[in-house]
Amino acid sequence: MRLLIIEDDRESADYLVKAFREVGHVADLASDGEEGLAMAESGDYDVLVVDRMLPKRDGLSLIGALRDKGNRAPVLILSALGQVDDRIKGLRAGGDDYLPKPYAFAELLARVEVLSRRHGGPAEETTYKVGDLELDRLSHRVARGKDELTLQPREFRLLEYLMKHAGQVVTRTMLLENVWDYHFDPQTNVIDVHISRLRSKIDKGFDRPLLHTIRGAGYMIRDGLR
Amino acid sequence: MTAFGKLIRTTAFRLTLVYLLLFALFAASLLGYFAWNTRRLITEQISTTVTSEISEMTDIFSRWGLRGIVGAIESRALRPGANLYLITTPTGQAIAGNVGSLAPGVMGGSGWSETFYRRLDDASEQNHRALVYVTQLSSGFRLLIGRDLEERRRLFGIVAKAAQWSVLVVVVLGIGGGIFVARRVLRRIDAMTGTTRRIMDGDLSGRLPVGRSGDELDRLAENLNAMLERIEALMTGLKEVSDNIAHDLKTPLTRLRNRAEEALAKSRSEDEYRAALERTIEESDGLIRTFNALLMIARAESGQARGDMVEFDVAEVAGGIHELYEPLAEDNEMTLRVKAAAAPVHGNRELISQALANLVENAIKYGKPAALPLDSHAASSSREILIEARREGGQVLLSVTDHGQGIPEAERKHAVERFVRLEASRTLPGSGLGLSLASAVATLHGGELRLGDARPGLIATLVLPAGAGQSAKLAAPTQDVPQKAA
Repeated sequence: MRLLIIEDDRESADYLVKAFREVGHVADLASDGEEGLAMAESGDYDVLVVDRMLPKRDGLSLIGALRDKGNRAPVLILSALGQVDDRIKGLRAGGDDYLPKPYAFAELLARVEVLSRRHGGPAEETTYKVGDLELDRLSHRVARGKDELTLQPREFRLLEYLMKHAGQVVTRTMLLENVWDYHFDPQTNVIDVHISRLRSKIDKGFDRPLLHTIRGAGYMIRDGLR
Repeated sequence: MTAFGKLIRTTAFRLTLVYLLLFALFAASLLGYFAWNTRRLITEQISTTVTSEISEMTDIFSRWGLRGIVGAIESRALRPGANLYLITTPTGQAIAGNVGSLAPGVMGGSGWSETFYRRLDDASEQNHRALVYVTQLSSGFRLLIGRDLEERRRLFGIVAKAAQWSVLVVVVLGIGGGIFVARRVLRRIDAMTGTTRRIMDGDLSGRLPVGRSGDELDRLAENLNAMLERIEALMTGLKEVSDNIAHDLKTPLTRLRNRAEEALAKSRSEDEYRAALERTIEESDGLIRTFNALLMIARAESGQARGDMVEFDVAEVAGGIHELYEPLAEDNEMTLRVKAAAAPVHGNRELISQALANLVENAIKYGKPAALPLDSHAASSSREILIEARREGGQVLLSVTDHGQGIPEAERKHAVERFVRLEASRTLPGSGLGLSLASAVATLHGGELRLGDARPGLIATLVLPAGAGQSAKLAAPTQDVPQKAA
């Protein structure tokens, strides 16, 4: 995946470039808004990671300029302003996701990977399949092998989200945002409890677990261990 | 600035001057109108009398000739307060009448004119003014009949004097009143200025003096006092927060540092390093959460979040939070129930959800009964947490009831403050900000957080003003979930 990181703080920028390269992505760096805009226009990037407060041209206006020119590359906004309305402002300006600072790299990586898949991915599917687990989005039926599974509506949506991003790490915050539409962080392990319930329904009694916990990051659904 | 300079610069004084001018203009125009009309009336009256006498005399002359008219004039001229009469020959010689001298040329003309004259019987050298009518009789005799204008002049004098006096009185009263009012206002403003200066110097407990009259200055002072009250509360809050931040954030930071130090000093295997680092990350995540909670409270308290308010049904929030926390409660061997009737509010959905989530998390953490009752039925009901949403009059009540130890009445007020963790909860993880946020959210919406006794247990209620009602439609930002799957 080709990434462009637009961030003026040298240290965090270098850290990001290094961290993305370590997990096998190509990451370029721009250190102000104008340079970032020029590079984003000329290069063919899969995802742009844009800091909100930048010298010369701020992040939101950069995104606006890109969108005006028809550039639809997915953008993740990084910002120290983490309140709900800052987030809404960022998404309205044309951002695709918003992550407040300070963030965990695992969270950023998970979100960037989800964004890159979404961009130019296959058309909407009506059924998801991971190993012998199948989910039908239209009839709301879930089956593992020959066994039909009974899920609560919210468990269904949780599994649907996980399966849509099968093979990708999905963080707790992403689940809370996308499955429950809440943007606060609970002080308790409330998401873990939902996951463990889901796990007991889809993995219990089968010898190949599909729903994996990724330490320090979140969860992933996939067939077998890579 | 001198005291007088200050006085004449006051709004009250300037306003007085403006009114004074307006009033003087009004009085002048009233008197002017009166004078002009009276003068017209007098003139009209004179001309009517003169005209009728002229026609009478002309009549006498045509019937009885010169002798007749001379006789009539002489008898009339002798009456007290008589009109002016004069009859002359064609050559201008006076024949009869009571006029001694006239301005030259008056007798030569004909019709109306105003002229100076002197009476025959008047010994003084003074000239009077008169309105006269001159007409030519047949055979060249000329007749003058007129009336003295002294009356008109005297009336004018009275009006002029009245005008002078009234202007004088208006000016004196006006300026005096202006100074009086301005000084009164100035005194009160000076008192206010003095207080505000003291407040600016740092004494936030100062309050403006409020009079008993309930006038606009009193209302202003009351409002300013309310504002000062709020500022003082915010400042006190801020100070408490910084004290608490110093204490409650430094503690985990110290822990963090100690662990890192310890790891550096002692650890040998990679696993040990890893474990130490993982604990460090956990600890810093906790710190970040605390910061976020603090920022959120600050935002709610400053009222910035008012922009995102929409109309929504609290019952749905209650349902959503129940759905989210029900498994967690079950894991903690508790039951989470929800009882919600449609209860619309106008508010920030996100913040209210979070406030309710905090209350539920608290109930799950601290809401376990102290000792299990023997009766199993009581045991199951005492491990129940109830989320309730309902409308009561103009209010929407969103409450969470548990059957734990509750909070003693004396400590309830204290429990809402930032970073406060009651003794019972010190050992459990938490930031001590949950109730503060819930309270700040309620305040932001013009409501409050009430803590009550559930006998036993705690009942925490978010009291919010009810919204318009009919539209329970949700305007929550819809999250566009990534659509493409791998």
